[in-house]
Amino acid sequence: MIQIQGDTISAIATAFGEAGIGIIRMSGKQAIDIADRIFKSVNGKKLTEVKDRSIILGRIMDSKGAVIDEVVVLIMRSPKSYTKEDIVEIQCHGGLMVTQKVLSRTLEEGARLAERGEFTKRAFLNGRLDLSQAQAVLDIIQAKTNEALKTAEDKLSGKMTGEIYKLKQQILKIIAHIEAIIDFPEDDIENLTLNEITNEVTTAIDEVNELLDFETKSKILTAGIEVAIIGKPNVGKSSLLNLLSKSEKAIVTDIPGTTRDVIEEYINIQGVPIKILDTAGIHKSTDKIEEIGIKKTKEKIMQANLVLALFDGSREFDNEDETIINLIKNHNVIVLLTKCDLPTKIDSNKIEIHFPTEKAISISVKTKDGVDILRQNITDKIKNMSGDLAFIRNARELEALRHVRKNLEEAKDTIALNIGVDFISIDLRSALQELNTLTGESVDEDIINEIFSKFCIGK
Amino acid sequence: MFTAGKYDVIVIGAGHAGIEAALASARIGCKTLMTTLSLENIAMMPCNPSIGGPAKGHLVREIDALGGQMGLTADKTCIQFRMLNTGKGAAVHALRAQADKKIYQAVMKEICENTDNLDIKQLLIEKIIVENKKIAAVITETGEIYQATTVILASGTYLKGRIIIGETIYDGGPNGQRAAINLSDSLKEIGIKFMRFKTGTPARVDGRTLDFSKMEIQKGDENIQNFSFMTDIPTKNKTFCYLTYTNNKTHEILKKNLHRAPMANGIIEGTGPRYCPSIESKIIMFPDKERHQLFLEPEGLNTQEYYVQGMSTSMPMDVQIEFLHTIPGLENAKIMRPGYAIEYDCIDPLQLKPTLEFKGIAGFFSAGQSNGTSGYEEAAAQGIIAGINAAMFVKGKEPLILKRSEGYIGVLIDDLITKGTQEPYRMMTSRAEYRLLLRQDNADLRLTPHGRSVGLVSNERWNRFQTKKAEIEIATSYLSNTILTPSKDINDKLISLNIGEIRNTMPLSELLRRPNVTYENLQTIFDIPQISTEAQFQVETNFYYEGYIKKQTELALKLEKLESKLIPQGIPYENILNLRSEAREKLAIIKPRSIGQASRISGVSPADISVLIVWIEQQKRLQSITQLKHHKI
Repeated sequence: MIQIQGDTISAIATAFGEAGIGIIRMSGKQAIDIADRIFKSVNGKKLTEVKDRSIILGRIMDSKGAVIDEVVVLIMRSPKSYTKEDIVEIQCHGGLMVTQKVLSRTLEEGARLAERGEFTKRAFLNGRLDLSQAQAVLDIIQAKTNEALKTAEDKLSGKMTGEIYKLKQQILKIIAHIEAIIDFPEDDIENLTLNEITNEVTTAIDEVNELLDFETKSKILTAGIEVAIIGKPNVGKSSLLNLLSKSEKAIVTDIPGTTRDVIEEYINIQGVPIKILDTAGIHKSTDKIEEIGIKKTKEKIMQANLVLALFDGSREFDNEDETIINLIKNHNVIVLLTKCDLPTKIDSNKIEIHFPTEKAISISVKTKDGVDILRQNITDKIKNMSGDLAFIRNARELEALRHVRKNLEEAKDTIALNIGVDFISIDLRSALQELNTLTGESVDEDIINEIFSKFCIGK
Repeated sequence: MFTAGKYDVIVIGAGHAGIEAALASARIGCKTLMTTLSLENIAMMPCNPSIGGPAKGHLVREIDALGGQMGLTADKTCIQFRMLNTGKGAAVHALRAQADKKIYQAVMKEICENTDNLDIKQLLIEKIIVENKKIAAVITETGEIYQATTVILASGTYLKGRIIIGETIYDGGPNGQRAAINLSDSLKEIGIKFMRFKTGTPARVDGRTLDFSKMEIQKGDENIQNFSFMTDIPTKNKTFCYLTYTNNKTHEILKKNLHRAPMANGIIEGTGPRYCPSIESKIIMFPDKERHQLFLEPEGLNTQEYYVQGMSTSMPMDVQIEFLHTIPGLENAKIMRPGYAIEYDCIDPLQLKPTLEFKGIAGFFSAGQSNGTSGYEEAAAQGIIAGINAAMFVKGKEPLILKRSEGYIGVLIDDLITKGTQEPYRMMTSRAEYRLLLRQDNADLRLTPHGRSVGLVSNERWNRFQTKKAEIEIATSYLSNTILTPSKDINDKLISLNIGEIRNTMPLSELLRRPNVTYENLQTIFDIPQISTEAQFQVETNFYYEGYIKKQTELALKLEKLESKLIPQGIPYENILNLRSEAREKLAIIKPRSIGQASRISGVSPADISVLIVWIEQQKRLQSITQLKHHKI
């Protein structure tokens, strides 16, 4: 059974942050056109002109023409593809930021974010997969949904959901008022002027912009999480760093164009770019140069989102450790006791007493004890950082927010036309619909419940 | 037992649903019987004396467009007409009229009595007979049997009806009628599930005891429009309504007596409607509101009874009298009938197909308030669809299922059978996602062809429709194809009409996109086709709102693909383990007809829909393999 090509869907095909490269896959009748609009090949050829199954080197550009990433694009034309539709795969450098940006570009140009398991579903429905694979297809859809549900549950307590919920209530409030006036014209309902609606819609747009701007402005997404490593000389900073880099298949690189006076390294944990700020060794000294070193270290700590504080477990607690504790006391800290493969000499109570919420992690670079716990700890810390949670927002939320902004802006245009409040409601409803796709709630029910809870109806 | 007759269609009930159902099936040519508890009460309006309003007026127009009766009778018998929402877009303009209850009833009775193929009998139906999952007959209170190919349940609020006024409770239907006590049990025996709903009505007061000088007068429109597409002569306004308000004293009395309110003391079990709360509920739910409005509406021209709109209550008599007397203009009001609450059995509409037929019982249909709705218009809308589909069943023809994008009737029925309802369901324009397409002015363009194809639209109506449609087409094509080039002559003309000049070449139709430009305007300076006012309105509206209309049409078309993907019947949902359990349960109950309908069920996620689509495809392939094997053998 061959069906006509469906609408164009797009998604990140590689697991989050685990791979060295990230793949964005599109399928559908517009896939090649959309890719062409965001891609400039090295040899100047258009994707619509290249041969089937070609591999083309080039760059993905943002809407203003700036380069997002150097990529390789693979074209598979219908019907010789996994879904039997036109498929484009864009392989870019891994990491959350780049893959998300490339995905966003495909969505901006008209692709739709794929449902869970939708590529596989299309492959089956279009006859690419045979009957024996049907159960596997069903399982994939179910598994991907469960996975998504789990992350959605995780987020219920998160700041993000709260903000989207707030935005939704804001929009719902305006719609319910308009609808109450329309459906109950003879009831005693407070009037709503176009000016008031404009103000409410503008506020909502500001909120969306704040949520979206955050995405681009977020220090975390552009610069990564900044983690300072601190410890006295020979505590094992470099070996820990190397271990983390290797175990996470990190891209250890110099970032061109950044001015810096110490070497900064990037590692990648769970798709989040992490910038390591190495600090000068701390030792007790009256030396002028050392004072400068401590001053710089202090600055680094102030700048960092998270501090990894290393204490040598095989040595007694000393004055140098004391100095370090004083430097990092009020920061977001993970306490590490290094060299746990050697006999423990340090009294960890002397450290933990200063960090009541933290438990020191014993770690050994040699035996790799405690490394997993550390990694988990870093992830948890990042998740809990208040304010800078934007990176958790997924592509689905971003897409919805962008549509919401468009709908709200259209609502403003409609208000300006002054053709009746019911038209404003059409645009606002579309915005609400977008937000409700995230939660699966029914727009109609939401509106009607809001009307009856806010207005005394009953002529 | 004695068999008293045999019919193609038997309609139980002669309220607004029953009448439309019976008239539709009889007019299509089926031998029809309509039964009622009392012949005096055909088309009774036990609640407000009005028809129409937002979404409800739309329903009346749609019923009319299909060839129904409600609009025609309303035009003939209503005594005040108002078009509501005229300050808003055309899609939400809504006609509402005050009815003369007795005359409305008399006219409806006369029409039914003079309809070919239609018998009307005063009977209480007590039992439904089902044989082999097919409807077979009904049995009356007095024991005689009426055999039937199809039966339409349109029993309103009569099933196990219970009237509550303060501490007084008795079995009964609305407005002093008998209740149908045994029918619900018979229906339960054949497996039908019920819910218990409640609704209420205010007192009627004696007009001679009201001081109208203390109230605001409410007049009808000067330029009256009609419900029916077939009514030409504007009816005259013959009466006024009056507006007044409650005050602190009223609220004090109600608060002081709340413990005596049946909803507060636990006597009432049923769920009441949120859009029509009793005055005691309003005081509880909105304690900050300083006053509530109430309208005094005449129940007819030949009566002194006034309906106290907005004051629905089930308080004891002494409280009703006391609080009414605190209201300006009602200080000396005498109550002629008290307000009351009524509790009744209604079926869970999730048991119905989009044809309004019960899923497990062939030929058994249900329509109206007994399906969990509220309102005369909602009832009539279901009635006409049930009547048409019973007739189609008898004749072995395709049923009529209206899409959500085709009419409020489609929205109403789809909501009922897909989402069910937790309170008496009232139609609201905000329930319609394609509101702009479902205007009251274009109901005929949307639905008259459907009415014609089932055989309910008369030649007269059809010709009228064809003429209007042709006028619209001619004018639209003329305006789109006539190109205006800016010239002094043309611009002078435009300026003379206050339209504003043009600078670029454009089709004439562009001018209709400007605010305040009408077809009539253009007619004075351009030689454009002469067409009826109704057709002019369509042309103006189509051009003026074109962008928005296009957007909604495209959305409707996109979703229509899902509507046309039909789901085979008899799917063992409980065995599809990849569906989430909530989706499994809901799908098994609702048994959606199409993927589109399935996707509207609450608790069924897009992933569940994907699973369902893949599963259906899997079964299809399995089946074709099995068939192939059989073929080879």
